[in-house]
Amino acid sequence: MKRKIRVLVAKPGLDGHDRGAKVVARALRDAGFEVIYTGIRQTPAMIAEAALQEDVDVVGLSILSGAHMVLAPKVKQALNEQGMDDVLILLGGIIPDEDVPTLQAMGIKGVFGPGTPTPQIVKFILQELAEPVT
Amino acid sequence: MPLFNEEQQNQLRQERSRWENTTLAKTLAHKPERQSQFITTSSVPVRRLYTPLDIADSDYRRDLGMPGEYPYTRGVHSTMYRGKLWTMRMFAGFGTAEETNQRYKYLLSQGNMGLSVAFDMPTLYGYDSDAPEALGEFGKCGVAVSSLADMETLFDGIPMGEVSTSMTINSPAAILWAMYIVAAEKQGFPRQQQRGTIQNDILKEYIAQKEFLFPPTPSMRLVTDTIEFGAREMPQWNTISISGYHIREAGATAVQELAFTLADGFAYVEAALERGLDIDEFAPRLSFFFNAHNDLFEEIAKFRAARRIWARAMREKYAAKNPRSWLLRTHAQTAGVSLTTHQPENNIVRVAIQALAAILGGTQSLHTNSMDEALALPSEKAVTIALRTQQILAHESGVANTIDPLAGSYYVEQFTNQMEEAANDIFRRIAGFGGVIPAIEAGFFQREIADAAYQYQMEIDTHQRTIVGSNDYVDDEPIAIPLLKMDPAGYDRQIARLQRVRAERDHSAVQKALADLSNCARGTDNLMPPIIAAVRAYATLGEITNVFRHVFGEYHEPAYF
Amino acid sequence: MAHPQLNTLAGLVSALLAGNRRALARIISHIEDNTALAQPLLAALYPRAGQAHIIGITGAPGTGKSTLVNGLAGLYRQRRLSVGIIAVDPTSPFSGGALLGDRVRMRDLAGDPGVFIRSMATRGSLGGLAQATADVIMVLDAAGFERIIIETVGVGQSEVEIASTAYTTVVVEAPGLGDEVQAIKAGVLEIADIFAVNKADREGADRTVMALKMMLNLGIPDKYQIMHHGRMLPVTLPLASAPDQQWIPPVYKTVATQKQGISELLEGIEEHHRYLVASGRRQLRSHLRAATELRMILRDTLLDRVLAELGTAAIDAMVHAVAQRQIDPYTAVKQWVAAYNHRPTT
Repeated sequence: MKRKIRVLVAKPGLDGHDRGAKVVARALRDAGFEVIYTGIRQTPAMIAEAALQEDVDVVGLSILSGAHMVLAPKVKQALNEQGMDDVLILLGGIIPDEDVPTLQAMGIKGVFGPGTPTPQIVKFILQELAEPVT
Repeated sequence: MPLFNEEQQNQLRQERSRWENTTLAKTLAHKPERQSQFITTSSVPVRRLYTPLDIADSDYRRDLGMPGEYPYTRGVHSTMYRGKLWTMRMFAGFGTAEETNQRYKYLLSQGNMGLSVAFDMPTLYGYDSDAPEALGEFGKCGVAVSSLADMETLFDGIPMGEVSTSMTINSPAAILWAMYIVAAEKQGFPRQQQRGTIQNDILKEYIAQKEFLFPPTPSMRLVTDTIEFGAREMPQWNTISISGYHIREAGATAVQELAFTLADGFAYVEAALERGLDIDEFAPRLSFFFNAHNDLFEEIAKFRAARRIWARAMREKYAAKNPRSWLLRTHAQTAGVSLTTHQPENNIVRVAIQALAAILGGTQSLHTNSMDEALALPSEKAVTIALRTQQILAHESGVANTIDPLAGSYYVEQFTNQMEEAANDIFRRIAGFGGVIPAIEAGFFQREIADAAYQYQMEIDTHQRTIVGSNDYVDDEPIAIPLLKMDPAGYDRQIARLQRVRAERDHSAVQKALADLSNCARGTDNLMPPIIAAVRAYATLGEITNVFRHVFGEYHEPAYF
Repeated sequence: MAHPQLNTLAGLVSALLAGNRRALARIISHIEDNTALAQPLLAALYPRAGQAHIIGITGAPGTGKSTLVNGLAGLYRQRRLSVGIIAVDPTSPFSGGALLGDRVRMRDLAGDPGVFIRSMATRGSLGGLAQATADVIMVLDAAGFERIIIETVGVGQSEVEIASTAYTTVVVEAPGLGDEVQAIKAGVLEIADIFAVNKADREGADRTVMALKMMLNLGIPDKYQIMHHGRMLPVTLPLASAPDQQWIPPVYKTVATQKQGISELLEGIEEHHRYLVASGRRQLRSHLRAATELRMILRDTLLDRVLAELGTAAIDAMVHAVAQRQIDPYTAVKQWVAAYNHRPTT
């Protein structure tokens, strides 16, 4: 059986604007991925725990409140503490351009702003995961 | 008063088929249309041409009427913008109360006519700025207000009895309103003089925005308490702003926005009636808040249909006698979700078109988004352009010179009728669930919205829908607009103030006020008086909300797709 | 890589037995993806399983199963029993993807090291799903979870199959979903050991309870006879109990969102567990399951072998011939078996 790509979609922090997270979750489902949706108001610890139990390849975060520079690194740190430093982390939301390099340096590999066509996210995941796993 | 008689219709029918068989057929034969189907922003098919035949069933007096008269399709005032322009009300708030206070003073100096407070996430969720749940969220998408002291600072030097203030706050609306009331009283303005609006629309939180704290039943009690308190003590306050804006932003279509919002409105009316209030005692203080999206005519039709549906229901179904109870007065905001990160300057144009839709739709007040809001909170420069957009529409475009200028457009009138019919269908579906709250609990609204949002995105992804600068006309120019920078010392200043408040207040008074509040919450008396007492004693937002969390419990929703 | 030992069979097994949750999650993936490590892992873990009580929760969409699972697991944790949860949702037949959202309703269990939740998609074939689910249950069992709850959408035969891996099957009903008792239509009534009428604060709950009780009075055939249907291995089963010890499925009213009626339901599940053990039916059940499993694996293994021997071209040609009615399917299979038996020996 071909290995299925599993993706966790979560919203850390308080903001409840889940339109983007849900649209992306559905689009990834329609691209053939198994998407685990954990919903709004997730703490970094909850996200890392779910990522571990579900053994996902990708963690997709959605943050529209402007708290991304605090929350995204916390999620990354929580994942590392679980030994999941190899998981691909994506971030979508209202992210100023100037924050993107800092986020990428922290290991948030893909950053997607409003209006990103969903095939672009699918393509990014497939490219990143296609790299040989060491 | 039918708009066209039988004979006129017959002549037109002949005329139309002649045109279709000759002129049109000839053109289509050598040059087909650009697309096989044309759709609105909400994916509603649009016909090639509209004629009087499309509104043949309309009756002028029944369906349109005169401005300021039932059913208010043409507007709520008899002179509309010739008498008074809409209120240019820019939604603003970021960082500390000091920073936002400066922004308000700037906006007022630039011709902004009413204030509109954006609170930060922790405040919206009833957390103090130093709560662990507030991590990283302080001041990010609004101003932090954790106690009466913050509210006093926010309005320092702004006469609270002279300006009208709208506050976008929902789950903890009663608490923030109490802070405003007490702060204004301390400035010397009695309750009768205070003017403004609290959003206070909890149903749309369950439906779309998800900023709920408590389960629906106690939440509805809090809302009904504020409606009752407002009706008796605060004659110039709109105690609720029944909001379609967030429903639309979450992905709903125009007609879903319209129908879900009005259904929420009916639910509040029914809750207040059940409380024993007289319809004419509270209905004049209900206000609305709609989205103004890209599709000009669809939006105009939505605003016009909203007024007509509301007026009919209030008069016919709920038997309101006071004409002010029939009026649907609304605020509007341009569609945040339509803004693009790429080529952000294009957003100025989008906002102008959306603002035009709201004005032609007859809005009472308007916020125009800033071009940079898909990237960050707006800079002063961007806000100024957004405000100037309204001023240009008001003073240069000529659209404010006459009332409801698009009335009689076959397309707009037909679309208005179509909106009303489609909304009535949705009301029937909601009734089938047993009302708004059971429909929420069954996930009806949430699924409908998720489906519409997904369809819209698929239309963009498959290029059935063009978004300029985003999926077409794309360039690689770097984004070159300056973004808002917040004061990095703001957080510390906020925490210091909060700690000072907690240290300096009369502790036994706070404890007593919170205990009284808890007792009241367990009973059925109106919660506003004990909330006001707690606020006056400088109990913090978090402390008061915790009383409610304890008594009412917390609400979590399953995810619906 | 942070944990190179999690890439080997021995490393995974020893990490799992040491309580490493990442290893548990990885092993489940190996099984779901049917990797080269899957069978060796199952072989290594099989002897360690067999201790857990396995509870199936099934019911139509919208009955509130996940919230009920959340409540049950919370109560088990209060009793200091560890809980493994498998939430099964359908794979989209169009894309092969799946949207798994059951965790949203289980947020109360977050941060508890005594709970492990795994979302599973059905991924195509029906019988294969039941086997994969049984294998994942076995892994959680071997990892030491004392109660394993498997949640499935009760809409058809696949759920009946999955539920057959449980010792106690709870069928969840809710009033106001159209039919008075959805389980009748879905055909899962017979697999119920316990009924939960959830959302019992809603209108019509009492009617649903009445309808269920009436049906139970009409008499439900013994679940284990049902399971006995179809072809079994010719196997001697341990004797079941005397007929007077017959289990009558109880009906519980619950409001999962308010945590009402959950402890009564849990007591019912535990009571059924005790009944199974005392009556010898747990042992019977294990035998039946072993027989079914062996038969399924034997069938799949032989099938794979025969198909591989024949090759796609021959299969396509035969399918075409049968579709065109040039040959009947029984004769066709006879020819295939003959071809397989006379395959060239290497």
